[in-house]
This record gives sequence, structure tokens and C-alpha cells, in this order.
Amino acid sequence: MQGFVHSRESFGTVDGPGVRYVLFLSGCPLRCAYCHNPDTWATPAAETLSAEEVLREYRKNRAFYTGGITVTGGEPLLQTEFVTELFTLAQTEGVHTCLDTSGATFDPENTEKIDHLLAVTSLVLLDIKHAERDAHVALTGADNDRILAFARHLNEKKVPTWIRHVLVPTLTDSEEHLKALARIVAPLANVQAVDLLPYHTMGRAKYESLGLDYPLANVPAATSADVARARAILAEELKRLKKNQ
Amino acid sequence: MSQLIPTLKEIWRDFDPGTWCKEINVRSFLRHNYTPYNGNEDFLEDATPATVALWEKVTVLFKQEREKGGVLDMDTKIISSITSHEPGYIDRELETIVGLQTDRPLKRALMPYGGIRMAEKALADNGYEIDPEIKEFFTTYRKTHNAGVFDAYTPEMRACRSSHIITGLPDAYGRGRIIGDYRRVALYGVDRLIEKKIEEKETTKSAMYEEVIRDREELSEQIRALQDLKKMALSYGFDISLPAHDTKEAIQWLYFGYLAAVKEQNGAAMSLGRTSTFLDCYAERDLREGRYTEREIQEMVDHFIMKLRLIKFARTPEYNALFSGDPQWVTESIGGMAVDGRHMVTKMSYRYLHTLKNLGTSPEPNLTVLWSPNLPDAFKRYCAKMSIETSSIQYESDEIMRFFHGDDYAIACCVSSMRLGKEMQFFGARANLAKCLLYAINGGRDEITGKQIGPKYRPITSEYLDFDEVMEHYDAMMEWLAKVYVDTLNIIHYMHDKYCYEKIQMALHDKNVTRWFATGIAGLSVVADSLSAIKYAKVKVIRDETGLAVDYEVEGDFPKYGNDDDRVDELAYDIVHTFMEHIRKNHTYRNSIPTTSILTITSNVVYGQATGSTPDGRKAGVAFAPGANPMHRRDTHGAVASLASIAKLPFKDAQDGISNTFSIIPGALGKEDQLFMGEISVDMDCPAGACVSPTLFEGLDSDETEE
Repeated sequence: MQGFVHSRESFGTVDGPGVRYVLFLSGCPLRCAYCHNPDTWATPAAETLSAEEVLREYRKNRAFYTGGITVTGGEPLLQTEFVTELFTLAQTEGVHTCLDTSGATFDPENTEKIDHLLAVTSLVLLDIKHAERDAHVALTGADNDRILAFARHLNEKKVPTWIRHVLVPTLTDSEEHLKALARIVAPLANVQAVDLLPYHTMGRAKYESLGLDYPLANVPAATSADVARARAILAEELKRLKKNQ
Repeated sequence: MSQLIPTLKEIWRDFDPGTWCKEINVRSFLRHNYTPYNGNEDFLEDATPATVALWEKVTVLFKQEREKGGVLDMDTKIISSITSHEPGYIDRELETIVGLQTDRPLKRALMPYGGIRMAEKALADNGYEIDPEIKEFFTTYRKTHNAGVFDAYTPEMRACRSSHIITGLPDAYGRGRIIGDYRRVALYGVDRLIEKKIEEKETTKSAMYEEVIRDREELSEQIRALQDLKKMALSYGFDISLPAHDTKEAIQWLYFGYLAAVKEQNGAAMSLGRTSTFLDCYAERDLREGRYTEREIQEMVDHFIMKLRLIKFARTPEYNALFSGDPQWVTESIGGMAVDGRHMVTKMSYRYLHTLKNLGTSPEPNLTVLWSPNLPDAFKRYCAKMSIETSSIQYESDEIMRFFHGDDYAIACCVSSMRLGKEMQFFGARANLAKCLLYAINGGRDEITGKQIGPKYRPITSEYLDFDEVMEHYDAMMEWLAKVYVDTLNIIHYMHDKYCYEKIQMALHDKNVTRWFATGIAGLSVVADSLSAIKYAKVKVIRDETGLAVDYEVEGDFPKYGNDDDRVDELAYDIVHTFMEHIRKNHTYRNSIPTTSILTITSNVVYGQATGSTPDGRKAGVAFAPGANPMHRRDTHGAVASLASIAKLPFKDAQDGISNTFSIIPGALGKEDQLFMGEISVDMDCPAGACVSPTLFEGLDSDETEE
């Protein structure tokens, strides 16, 4: 089957371990205020590719890839079947597969399809946008019930997972919020890492070219000092919680 | 000879004998005597107080040089030669390795044999006046390379030169890109080298036709240069008739050989060779014998490298503009693999790179690591670390070059590989293939001046460009350009040999050298994209009132070089291959073997300025991409795709080197903001999944790991 593809990055170094081939799929149910890829929101794709075509591109330059393949978006779970096909093929060739998702489409009542996908996924990068329900709605347009349910599901299935979190000054960087995030992460035995992504303003130009208002016009980019502080708070709280578990 | 033998025994003590004892053969010496080093950098020593003091003096001189606008001092009267200047020092008491190009550090020598006008202009542009007697002598009584070239140029060659379809011709200065095997001076001593040259001269053919006469004259020049080399060393208090006894002498002997070359020639690139692993044989022996400590050896290396950083030439501001700086390309090749499967990394490889720490970072000497996946891991890590800290290391693929040049080659300039002492090259300029495409469209008329420069072929007159028609015209125009280019270079190298012969450098080669005829091309990605636009989109021609195509409108999208897209990458391949085939059809001077390079690393800006609008949508005057790079911002699929496009170019046609300029922000190479659970778990074992990802844990700070 064909995947709806927004673009490809042949030298991905920030979406999973090692040097990776990163496939950006089209379409996303969320509208995160800080999204730096608003051009992937709409479903109409730049092109369509089959799983085999994607793998062919990967194979051609295999020597470069110390990591593997990452599928991101957009929201890759809007095309679960395509990603499953791709990852199945990839894993038969011994390629490390990484799914970068918000989990926003997860339905706890109906997990059959997604379980097929998880069975061929080496690593999930789960993006938790905000720890608190109301704030999550304000930030992304949807609540985080499904996302947190997905996080628990991944833990039950023992799928290796990294939690990603965008550190946005004034919106997600308060000590209370970071501690709340730690409370979500601490019980999850499958989580291997937390990836703090400093919010940056490089997406602004894309909004302008798409004719969209930039929602965070007055929010500054996160500095390395902000990240260091957040990392310390998170680490401290996780350690405290884990000791008491 | 009978007196020499015991001496040699003493000098070569403890070295494993082999063919190298019977003939001049440094490679054989290396194979028998080097010690591959698998360890890490922990053995390295910091700068000594003498090094620090000496480097402070040099730093002050560099500062004064900058403040004076880039040149500290220039010689206006003494014609530079191996023996022309009195010994010069930075601080005689502190220097363990001695020798300067002139009698003062950073005083630039006067070298008029390449061309008196260039020498005069280099002086004048920097506020100096050439001695009138020197000027008269080199104008009236002694001909230069430059004068010879212009005597022989055809009107067509002059036209191509001034329209910039051929650019950067070394017709007014030294051609450079020849590397003497300076190691020979240390290993054999100059007397043995002279003996060998006399023997070579005695065994030239007996019939006196032109080539034999030239060989005999050149060998005589070489012998004289070697004698001068001895004299110059003696003026510094060293008798280098015999081989070097130890590390200090080996570095000093070798450096004298190199110094003689840079006293004699102001070449476009004066590279050093592949000296570190050679010198390590001496260092290992001295460490074994307890003659020198590691600290002393590092000090010698630091002082040697310091000397190399002081190498300067008198050049014009235009020359420096072309190369974006004041470069000398004192390239030193480090590491690589031996054909017997051993790697060639030694402790000395580390010591050379360590100078970037002891003396601080520097673009010169151009430290180049010959990279192979089989280099030892510790060395790879060290290189990566030093690259991150200093951004001063160049990397080249030993895997590709070893196949063609064996395991004792070195890099001249930035990418030209040659077997040391066995291969040399006739370097020369670039053919502007983008401009050639415009000539093909315009029937040989220059798109900027409208002048008829190329042959008056039928121009293309259609409103929209047709791919097959353009290719047919382009092929014919490339054939013409290849011919006039090769012929121009033939003249240049004939005259350079005649009036500005590299005596000492060639004295440090075998008599029977392989000569490469090193052409170059510029504008590859512009042409590839232009042809792609013509083939896959629609390109409309805008002509002026005289019918000259001066601009192009591209309608629709087309595959662009640099995205791993075969449709256009194959066009790039074909251009390189076809142009080389045309080059090969021509006679090349001294039976040299034609090759080409794609490596305009900075001059791409100037070449772009001289070229009108092209069918890829690039506007007149806009810079070309450097080397074999994709055009700026047209590679949209990331670095791997971009590199993959370049990797498809045929190295067998471009053996003189393919360059790709690649920069990346550190943040794109990995992250510091990740928190691994292993860092915070109570018992500190690293979870399996995270630790197996090799690149992530490198450089990850471990200060979070408590308890």
C-alpha cells in the first residue's frame, strides 16, 4: 500500500539513536501551539510512496545509517497500516525501527492494529505535550486521555520508549508541571529516556508562508540554561519517585 | 664507501634492514620499521615552557602582521634561492628545530622566476617597491616563466583567459603541487642522494635527442640544488651529508629539505607529504634507547609545526581574494592503511594532531587524516574529539586513494594524491563548464561581452531549449574547450620547466616519475541542474537584440543534483566522464596522464561572478557551489542524500580529487538535553536498550550519575 509522505530527511540525528533515515508522514489530528511543522497538518501529501520504495532509499545509503528508520509526521498513527508494513519489511532486514508519535489517536478499546505495529517497532518516541488535561486542551486542541492511555499500554506491552517533551517557556517549564510530568513517567518501566526538546522559533517562517497566525508570538525560545534547569528538576523528581516505588 | 659503512651501521642501528638499505626506498623503510599504535592519547605531553615562550613570540609577530594589513615584511632585493639568505631565527636559544625562509620570521621572499610582474605587484600592493636593478634584470636579461608563456600563447588562448572560460591558470607564478620526498634527506643524507642522481645522470640514453638533453640538464640542476641544500643546512650549523642519527636530526633534516623547497618556489600549494609515521620510527628508537623523553619529542614536533605555520609567500590581494585568505596548503597526510593490512597510525600521528592543542588551532599546516573504517577506534575517537575542539582537521578517503596510489602517497594542496617521490603533477586551473554550456547555446559567443571567443558554431535559436539539441552542441563545445585548455596547460608547463624548474623538489623524486596532467572543472552542479531543467522542465531563452541568449526562464520543477536522484545525478556523471574523454584525446606535455579535479573550494565565488545566467535559473554573477557541492539550498533531502549524489561521480575520471564542503551545526549532530533513565535509577546499571545505541552515549555528561 501507499503512504502519504510529506518529506524525507536522509540524515536524521535527533529522532532516535544514531544516524537515521526519517520519514515525515502527512496529516495530524493535533494543532499544537508550538508545532514547528504546520505544513504537515493537512492530509494532502507531497507524494505517495510504497513501503518498498522507502526501504529502497534506505538500503541505497545503508552505509551511512548507524541508527535505522524513524517514522514521524504529522501523526504516523493516522497511517498505521502503512507504517506496519514498512516496519515489518525493515525488521526482516534487521533495521532498527522507531515510531515518533503523540499517541493522540490511540483507542484503548480497539488495539489490534496498533499492537501489530508495536510488535515490529524497536523504539517508540512518545511525545507528551502537557501533563495536565486542561492545559493540554489549551495547548493542542485535544485532551491527553488517549495519550496517557497509550503510555500505559506501551508499558504493559513492554515496548521500549523514550518520552519526548517540548520545553516551552511560561507554558510547560514550571516546576509544578515538570513534577507532574515526572509522576506520569516514573511508574512506566518501559521508559528508557526523557528527551527534552527546547522550544525554538524557527517554525515562525512556515506559519507566515502558510498564511497562518503564529500562536506563540510572545513566547521566547528556551535557552540551554532553561533546559539544564528543567532537566535537573525532572531528574531529581524522578529519582525521588523511583526510590519510593 | 668503506669509511661510510660503519657509520651507516651506527646511524641505522636497530632499524630492520631491507631493500631500503640498498636503494632509495622510503616505503620499504617504513614497512620494515614503523610501529602501529592502538592506544589512546593519554601518553601525550603538554607544551614545554620553551614552546610556550616561543609561541608567544610568534603570536606577537602574527598580531603585528595582521595589524600591518596582512604582511609584516618583504624582501625587495634578494632573489630567493636555497642559499640566498643568512640563517634566521625566532629565538635561537629556545628553538629545537631551526630554519626560516628568509633571515627574519614572516619576512616574505622575493621570487621572480615565475613572473617579474607578479613579484613586483605583490610588493607594490603591500606598499613595497621592487629594487629597480632586479626589475631590469628580470625584464631585460633573464626571462621568466610568465614571459615565456605569453610568447607562446595563441590569440584564442588569450581570449579564453580573459573571458574566464578558463580560469586560474598558473602562468604568472609558481605552479606548486609538487611534493618532494623530504624524508629522503633524513633517511639517506644528502651525499647518498647526490650519488644516486649522478648515477641517474650517467645512465641516461646516449643519443642526444631533446628529451635526453632535458633530462641531463635537469639532473644537473637537481645535483646543484642538493649541494645548495647542504650549504644552507651548514649555515645553520648542521652537516646533513649523512643520514639523521635521531629524532631531532630526522625532523631537522627533513625540515631543511622542505625549507629549501619553499625558499626556491612560491608554488600555489607547497605540501609537506606524509612524514609523521616516518618520524615515529626514529622516536620509537629514541624512546627505547632512552635518548629522548616523550616530552622532548613533543617539544621538537611542536617547534617543527610552528615553523610550518610561519611559511608565507609574497602574493597579490587578488590571489588572496581568489582563495579567501593567505593559504599555502602545507598539507601533511596522517594515518591511512598499509597494503599489508596494518593501519599506519603511530604515536607521531597523535603528536602532530596534539600541536593543535599545544599551539592552538590553525589552518596551516593542513593536517589531513587519511581515513579508513579500519583505523584503530582510539584514534578515530581522538580525531573526532580534536575536530570538535579545533575544527582544524581535514579528512580524506584512504579507501579510494590507496586503490590508485598504494600506501605511500600524500596529498598536495587539498585533495591531489600522489605517490611520494614517484609521482608529480602538472597542475592547472579550471575549465568553467557552466560557461561552456552557455557558449554551446550562443555559438561560441561570450554571454557577458558578446564577443566571439569559442568556435563560431551554429547557435541555438529556438524559444525553448531542446535537451538533445543542447547536448549535441554542448558536446562539441566541450571538445573545443578541452583542446584549448590542454594546449594552454602544455605551454604553461613547458615554460615552467624551462624557466622556473623545481630543482630541489624534483631532486627528491626518482628520475623516472609518473606525471599527472591535472586539469580541473568548475560549475558542475550548475551544469547538471541546467541540463536537468532543460530535460525535465521547460526552459525559455531570453535573448538581447543581437540574438545573444542572456537569461533563462524555467517553467516547472526539475530534479536537482544533491538529492540522490539518479535522473540528475547521472547527468553530472556524464558531464565529468565526457569532458575527461575529450581531455584524453589531446596530447599532454611529457607524456603526462590526464586527470581532473572538482574542487573549487573558494574560487567558486569568482568563477560565478564571471558567468552569465544559466538555464537552471541561477542569475548572472551568482556564485557557483564549491567543488562538487550541490547548488546552495537545492539539496532538500538532508546530508546523506546530498553526499550520495556526490559519491556517484566517477573517481576514475576525477582522480585528482572531488571535494564537498559540508558544515553542520553541532546541535544537529546529537543532543545534550536527553535524560537517560540509567542516570537516575537507584542502582546505576545502564538499561540495555539505551546503552546499545552507540552514538548517543558518547559525550553524554555523566555528572548526573550519583550513588
